[in-house]
Amino acid sequence: MTRLTASLSAFSLAMATLVTPAMAQSDLAKKTQTAKSFWGVSAEKLEYRYSDADEELAVIEGGAFYGTDELKFHWLFAGEWEEAHNAWETLENQFVAQTPVSDFWDAKAGVRIDTPEGADRVYGVLGLTGLAPQWVEVDTNLYVSDEGDASIDLEAEYELLITNYWILSASLETLVALSEDREIGVGKGLNSTEVGLRLSYDLFERTFSPYVGVVHERKYSDTADLARDGGGSTEDWFAVIGARVMF
Amino acid sequence: MMKQWIVALAGGMLSLAASAGEYNLTVDRVQIDTGDFVKEGIGYNGASPGPVLRLKEGEDVTINVTNNLDEMTSIHWHGLILPYQQDGVPGISYAGIKPGETFTYQFPIVQAGTYWFHSHSGFQEPNGAYGAIVIEPKGREPFRYDRDYVVQLTDKHPHSGDRIMRNLKMSADYYNRQQQTVGDFFAEADEKGFVATLEDRLMWGDMRMMKADIEDVQGFTALINGKGPEQNWTGLFEPGERIRLRFINSSAMTYFDIRIPGLEMTVVQADGNNVQPVNVDEFRIGVAETYDVIVRIKDEKAYTIFAESMGRSGFGRATLAPKPGMTAAVPEMREAPLLTMADMAGHMDHGGMDHGGMDHGGADQSDMGKAIMDHGSMNHGDMAGMDHSAMSMSGGDASDPFYAAGSGLMPKAANGGKFLSYADLKAQNPLYEHREATREIEMRLTGNMERYEWSINGVKYEDADPVVLQYGERVRFKFVNETMMTHPMHLHGMWSILDVGEGKWNPVKHVISVSPATTVYMETEVDAPGQWAFHCHLSYHAASGMFRKIVVEGGPDSEVAERTQKGQQGGES
Repeated sequence: MTRLTASLSAFSLAMATLVTPAMAQSDLAKKTQTAKSFWGVSAEKLEYRYSDADEELAVIEGGAFYGTDELKFHWLFAGEWEEAHNAWETLENQFVAQTPVSDFWDAKAGVRIDTPEGADRVYGVLGLTGLAPQWVEVDTNLYVSDEGDASIDLEAEYELLITNYWILSASLETLVALSEDREIGVGKGLNSTEVGLRLSYDLFERTFSPYVGVVHERKYSDTADLARDGGGSTEDWFAVIGARVMF
Repeated sequence: MMKQWIVALAGGMLSLAASAGEYNLTVDRVQIDTGDFVKEGIGYNGASPGPVLRLKEGEDVTINVTNNLDEMTSIHWHGLILPYQQDGVPGISYAGIKPGETFTYQFPIVQAGTYWFHSHSGFQEPNGAYGAIVIEPKGREPFRYDRDYVVQLTDKHPHSGDRIMRNLKMSADYYNRQQQTVGDFFAEADEKGFVATLEDRLMWGDMRMMKADIEDVQGFTALINGKGPEQNWTGLFEPGERIRLRFINSSAMTYFDIRIPGLEMTVVQADGNNVQPVNVDEFRIGVAETYDVIVRIKDEKAYTIFAESMGRSGFGRATLAPKPGMTAAVPEMREAPLLTMADMAGHMDHGGMDHGGMDHGGADQSDMGKAIMDHGSMNHGDMAGMDHSAMSMSGGDASDPFYAAGSGLMPKAANGGKFLSYADLKAQNPLYEHREATREIEMRLTGNMERYEWSINGVKYEDADPVVLQYGERVRFKFVNETMMTHPMHLHGMWSILDVGEGKWNPVKHVISVSPATTVYMETEVDAPGQWAFHCHLSYHAASGMFRKIVVEGGPDSEVAERTQKGQQGGES
């Protein structure tokens, strides 16, 4: 937790130094007639998962941003809390700066700090996020850890409007490691996929949208072996219930 | 009964005016009750909308504005011709009005007609800071009426302006609840075939554009004179009277299509200037525009003033009635329109060239739209005459030169009758001697819908140099709308002479609405030295960059037109 607080204050310090000079340059009219910096907080996933093997998980994925059209600072948070062990199975904080590189795509760079139960890792992050044709939201990142191991993740999501309030979203997450990191259970090659289908309803505008859904997680090759060695499962079906939050 | 009411109103006006030509306004936190929700907002003299300022052409006014807020404020006198220091735009005209401070505006009233005033600070205007201005002319008016009412429209939203801006930046479609659904897909597939429907969706999806992108901010309650549809503002009349209705669109974001079922409206003024009367069944009022219409009511019955938003996501309703409490039927809103490929000209470039046939069709259509408008531009010379008859489409015809040919936004009167077009507007008495423009400035209206960024010539206000004009020149502005949204462009301080191909009879306005994928020309006699604002009047478009400072150099009072930054001739590139 201390590490997180330290990172956060370093983050806000960096933000202050980067944002202030830009503000000072703008004249009064540009300040009073236009809105320049924005912030937002959201949690894409805030859910409880129950697996076909009676495993119970709490999952959170969310973040906050502050910045301008040209430069935004994001704090991204993702974690899986395992009920049986009373511990964070995964827990990551990312601090990235994000800037547009084309009409629909942003590049991002920063650090990711993993502090789950077990070994910690710090990564450098280079990512690309945006909207692909046909409204597919894509987020992909290259990570290089302090151990020198590289991995790539890819997330894609598509929202199908059943109505303007009932939304069916399909998501795919996958992780590919370019090298092995046994200590944290990462084998070389395709590690895992997570496919989800969630039906949500915008209950309170877009601020609070509860959902139900199913998630299928699968681990592959070496990663699957490592999981099996550790007594874990390699393939799980989950029923999920949760909410998307944005404010 | 009616007389008492008029006396009470006059009494109210007297108390407002401490002495002749002197007015006091306070800027206050107020409660706004729309009938659907109650929201804290900002108003004048304790209410939103604020009072109707009734001024006289030729008088010198003194308006004391006291800021009772705990933040800076300002008042801009929308459409009024005045010295730039009195225009009320913080950072351009003056510094603004500090909390607790009283700022005294003083300027001569050199025009007549219907206008309005509003805050130009932050999002105070969408939050309720607006009021109406009615200026009585010095001479006789070229039309008769027995009584007049201000009909001020707004789109009150449960969210504050700051919140709306933030949500739009987080997700540009945050407020769009008219997006196409799975059900719409199958309904359309039934009608047009599965493959055709799928191809259509894939084409739009490929460009990441939405046909339903007509109103950025839905979920508002439309108010007329501060009253929601249920609260039903009512204007009284006696049968046989002619009533002048002064429509003012003070919305933050909403265009309205206005009709009074059962009554024909005679449009006599647009943006405060007399126009040659046109009888219409319906008209569209862009954000910040004003239209004065006269209706003659013979029967002793109630009539509904029905103002549907252009995207059909909400409506304003009021009543004209011989007795209080009488109502008339309230029509159903018509089906929401959808944009078509014709509205997409600007997106062909980054959309991708590889979509084959359909795209070309779209591009051709929009070129046609431009071609029609170019005719309009040619007309402005002396060779005018004949082209114009081809241009001004008569009522009932589904085409209008101010929309891209085939546009999904093309208005149609609900009763199949006449819908007002810009092409119908002709000045009653030209304000200016007609002459050739000395130069042309191109203003491409640009943006990125997905990121909710709006700009002019691809440059946001924060990165832009001012546009420098020379006192005494006549500048022709060419607006090329490369976005899929309609933009009401507002130039402060000087008139905007809209080119409808009528030469010296071109109407004189303060807001020029530019539809998607069209090119519209306006001319300005640069007769006001100083610094002025020029912007899209959709609040969140202006705030996200579709805004420019205009500097007029030279003139009788040349010291006021100091050049603050080096701008280029001909606008920024």
